[in-house]
Amino acid sequence: MSGFFNSSIGRKYAMALSAFFLIIFLVIHLAVNITSVFSEDLFNQLSHFMGTNPLIQFGLQPVLIFGVVFHFVMGFVLERKNKGARNIKYFKNNGAANSTWMSRNMIYSGLVILAFIVLHFIDFWIPELNTKYVQGDMSGLLADGEGFRYFEELQHKFVNPARVGAYVVAFILLALHLLHGFTSAFQSVGATMGRRKVMQNIGKAYSILIPLGFIVVALFHHFNH
Amino acid sequence: MNLTLKIWRQKGPQDKGKMVDYKVSEISEHMSFLEMMDVLNEQLVNSGEEPVAFDHDCREGICGMCSLHINGEAHGPDRGITTCQLHMRMFKDGDTITIEPWRAKAFPVIKDLVVDRTAFERIQQAGGYISVNTSGNTQDANSIPIPKHAADEAMDAAACIGCGACVASCKNSSAMLFVGAKVSQFALLPQGRVEATDRVKNMVAQMDLEGFGNCTNTGACEVECPKGITLENIARMNRELVKANLIKF
Repeated sequence: MSGFFNSSIGRKYAMALSAFFLIIFLVIHLAVNITSVFSEDLFNQLSHFMGTNPLIQFGLQPVLIFGVVFHFVMGFVLERKNKGARNIKYFKNNGAANSTWMSRNMIYSGLVILAFIVLHFIDFWIPELNTKYVQGDMSGLLADGEGFRYFEELQHKFVNPARVGAYVVAFILLALHLLHGFTSAFQSVGATMGRRKVMQNIGKAYSILIPLGFIVVALFHHFNH
Repeated sequence: MNLTLKIWRQKGPQDKGKMVDYKVSEISEHMSFLEMMDVLNEQLVNSGEEPVAFDHDCREGICGMCSLHINGEAHGPDRGITTCQLHMRMFKDGDTITIEPWRAKAFPVIKDLVVDRTAFERIQQAGGYISVNTSGNTQDANSIPIPKHAADEAMDAAACIGCGACVASCKNSSAMLFVGAKVSQFALLPQGRVEATDRVKNMVAQMDLEGFGNCTNTGACEVECPKGITLENIARMNRELVKANLIKF
């Protein structure tokens, strides 16, 4: 199988498999986030479970990081290779006549998402690691010990309108990325055969609803803190 | 109608090449695009200049020889046709038309608008066939029952004329629509299943060796293909390759 993953189609498969993993991850992430709109308690409990469960922390989290890094690195590698396959550019090329903007510019939507993930890591992930593994505070409690800290931290992050703006822009770009990427991943593994229209419609629904969910959560906390 | 043509001129494979402007006049809207090119070439020959080299053969859309990237699209702005079937009625008097060769590292320019597409032939030679004993005892193909849908899909895939418009339109210069069609036309039929494993592996390996890019599923190839080859064929090829690797490491 090693020969397979070195082939052009094998790389497409690898890219698609990491995409599937990230597609599922986004659903789980949103499912947790959305609870913060309805129930502070539920959000706190879920966050605490996610943040302290060893299986998630030491099993799934490294897989997630690998998935994210792999998807980006592979994306860049493929982009570079593909650019090299046309050494002389067209004097005039009408790409809009035969393909969508999203499909031709995955690298740019991907770069914005990458920038967002860096911001997201600085915002949430690094402070979380610091609290839990550097300071050794696994309690998940507020400094005064009165209840869990997660909901308060979440609200605090969405006070700054600039951050909320960046958040919204990043998720719009994620929606554009997914509008091509979702169906593309299924096409790469050959799963669209005979059901392309259905997959495109599912892809459209997913690409709009999931990023919209994240945006709604951000805006909700910005206007309700 | 009177037109301005911006055409890629390149003396040979080593020449740098450049876009050159030409004027043609009194072009009939009933002419085919290649007939318009013939008018230009007659004009050039009469004035002692080198005519523009371009590929053509049957001029009825089945041989796969004509190419040309016209106004930024493979085979021009019309759909489901080759350049020889493109009519001048698609353009207006006074238009400027840009004419370029297929652009891909795997399709180097030989001269002007003629590119070397033998990479496709090498991919075909790597597995785009079935081995049949022709000693006289060959089984009648009609005696093997084939489901109607499989026969139809195989026929649709076999409609590929190997012109290279898929490579030319793809932002990655990927040849996967071509290879997908060639793999599919055999994979769908019982006669093709016998060598299916080696075929897909060898054809994909040759495709990679030739330096074509990776498909990113933009679908540009499907839109520009003069024979309506669909992305389903790429999906089928991808499946076939996984299957082949699982069967035979």
